[in-house]
Amino acid sequence: MTPVIAALWSIPALLGVPLLALATRQWPTATRLVYGACLAICLAVLAVALTQLLTTESPASSLRLPLGLPWIGAHFRIDFLSAFFLAIVNLGGGAASLYALGYGEHDVSPGRVLPFYPAFLAGMNLVILADDAFSFLFAWEFMSLTSWALVMAHHEDPDNRRAGYIYIVMASFGTLALLLAFGLLAGPAGSYAFDEMRGATCAQPGLVLILVLLGAGSKAGLVPLHVWLPLAHPAAPSHVSALMSGVMTKVAVYGFIRIIFDLNGAPAWWWSIVVIPLAGATCVLGVLSALMQHDLKRLLAYHTVENIGIIFIGLGLALAFAAHNMPAPAALALTAALFHVFNHSIFKSLLFFGAGAVLTATGERDMEHLGGLIHRMPLTAFAFLTGCVAISALPPLNGFVSEWLTFQAILLSPILPSWGLKLIVPAVGAMLALSAALAAACFVKAFGVTFLGRPRTPVAEEAQEADNASLAAMFAFAALCLIAGIIPGFIIDGLAPVAQGLVGGRMPVQSAIPWLSIVPVAESRSSYNGLLVFGFIAMSALAAVEIIHRFASRAVRRGPAWDCGFPDSRPQTQYTADSFAQPIRRVFGEVAFLAREEVDMPPPGDVRPARITVTLRDLAWDSIYAPIAGGTGYAADKLNYLQFLTIRQFLSVVFVALILLLVILMFAMLVWS
Amino acid sequence: MVLILDLIPQGVQMALVLILAPLLLGFTRRVKARLLRRRGPPLLQVYRDLLRLIRKEVVIAQNASWLFRSGPYLIFAATWVAAALVPTFATGLYFSWTADLIAITALLGSARFFLALVGMDIGTSFGGIGASREMMFASLAEPAMIMIVFTVALLAGSTQLSEVADFMLTHGSLRVSLGLALVGLIIVALAENARIPVDNPATHLELTMVHEAMVLEYSGRHLAVLEVAAALKLLLYISLIACIFFPWGLAPTGSGPAAYAIGAVSYAGKLVAGGFLLALFETSIAKMRVFRVPDFLGIALMLGLLGMLLLFVSRSF
Repeated sequence: MTPVIAALWSIPALLGVPLLALATRQWPTATRLVYGACLAICLAVLAVALTQLLTTESPASSLRLPLGLPWIGAHFRIDFLSAFFLAIVNLGGGAASLYALGYGEHDVSPGRVLPFYPAFLAGMNLVILADDAFSFLFAWEFMSLTSWALVMAHHEDPDNRRAGYIYIVMASFGTLALLLAFGLLAGPAGSYAFDEMRGATCAQPGLVLILVLLGAGSKAGLVPLHVWLPLAHPAAPSHVSALMSGVMTKVAVYGFIRIIFDLNGAPAWWWSIVVIPLAGATCVLGVLSALMQHDLKRLLAYHTVENIGIIFIGLGLALAFAAHNMPAPAALALTAALFHVFNHSIFKSLLFFGAGAVLTATGERDMEHLGGLIHRMPLTAFAFLTGCVAISALPPLNGFVSEWLTFQAILLSPILPSWGLKLIVPAVGAMLALSAALAAACFVKAFGVTFLGRPRTPVAEEAQEADNASLAAMFAFAALCLIAGIIPGFIIDGLAPVAQGLVGGRMPVQSAIPWLSIVPVAESRSSYNGLLVFGFIAMSALAAVEIIHRFASRAVRRGPAWDCGFPDSRPQTQYTADSFAQPIRRVFGEVAFLAREEVDMPPPGDVRPARITVTLRDLAWDSIYAPIAGGTGYAADKLNYLQFLTIRQFLSVVFVALILLLVILMFAMLVWS
Repeated sequence: MVLILDLIPQGVQMALVLILAPLLLGFTRRVKARLLRRRGPPLLQVYRDLLRLIRKEVVIAQNASWLFRSGPYLIFAATWVAAALVPTFATGLYFSWTADLIAITALLGSARFFLALVGMDIGTSFGGIGASREMMFASLAEPAMIMIVFTVALLAGSTQLSEVADFMLTHGSLRVSLGLALVGLIIVALAENARIPVDNPATHLELTMVHEAMVLEYSGRHLAVLEVAAALKLLLYISLIACIFFPWGLAPTGSGPAAYAIGAVSYAGKLVAGGFLLALFETSIAKMRVFRVPDFLGIALMLGLLGMLLLFVSRSF
């Protein structure tokens, strides 16, 4: 059985799982059955994908099935790129299924989740396996629709219904853009198989780039197409949120890489000038928006936008180097982006798992109602903290490695001859550094307010530790964060064939370097050794503990908090999520959100409470979406009048429309000839 | 045997930074006091304070978590590793390639991350205010630092500190970008070490304090470890400025004891000069309001960016 057939078997298997569950007629059994089966299938596909990725000589394996459009058929294929993303999808899917073995028990309406969850996984796998435009778009739309159904699982909440509506509109728009992009790629001959597209030269490659940025970018969450993402991702059940944020955005990144790097021919010099600033803006706006949130899951969703920005900075740099025929630096930038794809899929899933555990334990997503959970949920707190450190790009965990590689790619970019890039790349480097620092602030806030301090509500005071399956999923990913952080060389080597296939170059072999350092270009230029950094930190910390405890005091006394002599027992006196972000809002908010604070301070003697009102505006929403929505509504209102025409008026309208079309066609023919 | 010989200078450096850090702090305090016409504490007072703190019992708040108790050691370890990786008396030590300048910056970021978290652990308003303001400062200081690192790295063609120092020794020349980077780095160093004009290391019971607010709940050995970490950070920044901009006297890779001795003497001189200038600067300037600090750090960020842009535009190597 070739790998592609093995991987394809997962699709009917996943689609069949809910039917199996139907037979049991009991929700708890059905829940365990569905998630258990998904876990097994995901692990099997993961094994197939990893074998394909790590066996360096293995050729791409492909298959043509007589499905879909009759004269095309359905093409499927696994090469190194799809093997890598297949691994990402099934690693995330497997962990989410494991987590849901415990988490799914608490679901109030399992009937709205269980049928769609395996289908969603199948859809994502199918996008990656597809090797012609029709199957790709079919799978893409299938993935969108199943995830939309999952977003609407808790549709009683009007916010979720609004999120679902905006999501489906944006998803349709994205698919439309991709459809047009494939139309351009297929050319007048209509060659829809990817193999034929690779060979053909596209007439309008620039237009394809713009369309793919719109189509895949809206799914991934590039600013300003990100508006649906922070609404829809948190609305779904937490394991689905983890899949949408950690994995589905990566499928979108796959779509971008597949079309732009693989199908669209050699990149033009100006492509990166479009992609890189967009990515930089995505980074900064994403993390600033995340900082302003006090809903834990929404904060995580906004932060996904930032990470997509980091990935696209790497992709943009790879395009820039590839356009100027520099395969080695292009491979470095592409590897950095792919490494971040891997990292983000791990720690974002982990963080959503943690948020889900908090949600199950307390019924709260609002951080202002939480606090002190580290005492009641120590294991969840530990795993969540690991995720926070990793996502804040702090050594020795994995987030730092991919960000460090991106910085190294930026440092190589003065060799680019283009003047536009010489000005843009340093500015985007500054944006990347800024967003890394803001990410740390964001996750100090997320962890500090949720898990540290004193409980702000009774529910937070009585939280219970998460169940074993959820903890197992969280700890597996926390361990992966550490492993990928201390031995990144093996992952970089695993990514080498992917880069080789796309940009024709690769990074130096890392696993042979002494002490398992990573050296992107040359040792005299830069190197980093996560293993030693981790070892040194662990040894110094242990030595300090040992020496102090042995030779000095071990005495500990518990007492009331000191707080400069004025402790207040009310938990309301703690810093809240909003007050934590206030200084940053004051520094950046006026530009990014046109933030306005209004303080209503009663005069002395007046006993009414003082009030502070903060208004933040979402500029993308206000300047792009609100006018479009308003315009659509206005046009619909006006056109409504057409409903009440008489039959004669109707006929004349049709006649006029026909004439108009003919006139336009005539002009088009004139211009064309 | 060869390995052990190679490891000795590395071990010496690790011990050296740990031993010298409190002394540097004591020296700075002493100079500051003299400049204010006070007699000031003896040079070794910092060691005595640390010893006293280590021997005392620890009083921790009732609701302190495991993070509160393990945090100080993690912060200390991350800072110590970072400080031991900056060349002090010699370049090219055995483990000098473990982390480059970006990684050293990020290691300090790890220490700060945990410091801000332990500040929030007890759930007092002071801890929150300190953590919140520290992260706000860091959100500008860290990108400024990265921009400065980029400027230096683009000039030297490396982010490895040893290579940078070698480059500056052999090809060093006066460049506009380097000047911008130096000013920026000094501003970042002042902010990161909670010195005047950003924060005042000597105050308590004042709403403007940042670093002290985060460690307010600590006592005994935990406080001692945190104070050593703070002292190490000050030493690190002075070593860093010395290593990049004034690398004279640094013993090159694989040199003999004589070169090491010269390196040690020149390093001591640089520390004295750095400590003196810091004290002089601190006595001649007033502390800023908290919301003036972003402007101050914004200058560092702009200087770093400008330095990098100049290099991008002026050369392609």
